[in-house]
Amino acid sequence: MPAIIQLESLSKLYGSFVALRKISLELEPGRCYLLLGENGAGKSTLLRIVAGLLRPTHGTIRVFGEPRPADTRDRIGYMSHAPMLYDELSAVENLRYFAGLYREQPCLTPKAALRAVGLDPALARPVGQYSQGMRQRASLARVLLPQPDLLLLDEPFSNMDAASAHQMLNLLEHQRAAGKTILLTTHQRELAQPIADFTLILQAGAVKSFVEAHA
Amino acid sequence: MPGRLVLLHLLKDLRLEWRSRDAINSMLFFSLLVVVIFSLAFDPTRALSREIAGPILCVVILFAASSALNQAWARDLRNNVLDAHRMSPAPPSSLFLGKVLANFVFVSAVELLLAPLFVIFYNLRALGNPWLMLLAVPLGTWAILINGTFFAALSIRSRNRELLLPLILFPILTPALLAMVLAISAILSGDSDPSSWIQMLLGYDIIFTTISLLLFDTVLNAE
Repeated sequence: MPAIIQLESLSKLYGSFVALRKISLELEPGRCYLLLGENGAGKSTLLRIVAGLLRPTHGTIRVFGEPRPADTRDRIGYMSHAPMLYDELSAVENLRYFAGLYREQPCLTPKAALRAVGLDPALARPVGQYSQGMRQRASLARVLLPQPDLLLLDEPFSNMDAASAHQMLNLLEHQRAAGKTILLTTHQRELAQPIADFTLILQAGAVKSFVEAHA
Repeated sequence: MPGRLVLLHLLKDLRLEWRSRDAINSMLFFSLLVVVIFSLAFDPTRALSREIAGPILCVVILFAASSALNQAWARDLRNNVLDAHRMSPAPPSSLFLGKVLANFVFVSAVELLLAPLFVIFYNLRALGNPWLMLLAVPLGTWAILINGTFFAALSIRSRNRELLLPLILFPILTPALLAMVLAISAILSGDSDPSSWIQMLLGYDIIFTTISLLLFDTVLNAE
């Protein structure tokens, strides 16, 4: 099976600071990869490079076989620490707006995406008045909207209560079962371990280990 | 660039402003202040009014627009919404044009509210064709906003963006501001034909709109 993400000697420097150093990886489609590491290990930088939001300083990257991840952005869903939603709009209004940007792609309806993450679509409050956990869920709904093949999730369980986190986990399990590839970072390893196929640990920007999760 | 996407961005920005009224309130307050202060500073006879009204009107529009431009990308920066735009397959130029049109609606609304006040405070009556104001003012406003929105996007990653914006914007705007002032003065005084200045504004707008639309993708995706 051809790799969905191929990284070869990939490095990223911010000035003289080395955020990622010579990372070489191949990730297969339809798998869930757990990206672990301490703060500052380079997890978010790696996700942003795969998403096409950052360019590597050295090395090569291929996503869906394309050398420029930005060319495949309609197949990538990216969730960052921030919700990437407008505070002044409700969740449905936000999702309706973002669905409009994917004009040539079959999208979930905003209501279906919100129900999938356990949010009430009838909630008229602006996102700015949501709790942190609700904002995370609304953000995940935005990611799921265009039904991307590759999900890049940066700390999707942060600020969530245990019940919500398990609900998210079930949702991600369904996504993986549907053939989607998931690359997620978390500090809650035990929580995400059941759905992970592989565990990738970064340390100071380099790969410390890359092993099967249930080995 | 599909018009539907431009409309989508425009309606979003109008809705956001309607909910917060941040830009409109600051623009209105600032513009009113400038109009009142200048009217108190001068004793506007009709002849003097015709001479000073053009420059004052341009100052009002420029500063009102600057106040809107400083906030133009603030909502998109908050919560990293700009990254969601970068990840979407929609052309960045549609986001830019929607934003310029939204700013144009805000500034035009302020101009419409200020027009009667301007006539009263400065005791104005145009000796030239007053309908030409409907060309000179919108074309001048567009010149300010197309460049302003572009350079506001260019400076969003800078820490001193509110200082940087006027520093890079005002020199580039000089030809358009000059043409706008001279066109308005010619219309009010009736001394000369404003059409050449209006044509210059039109040319300026076409050139800078084209350049901005072509370069915005690079600006949005810059690291």
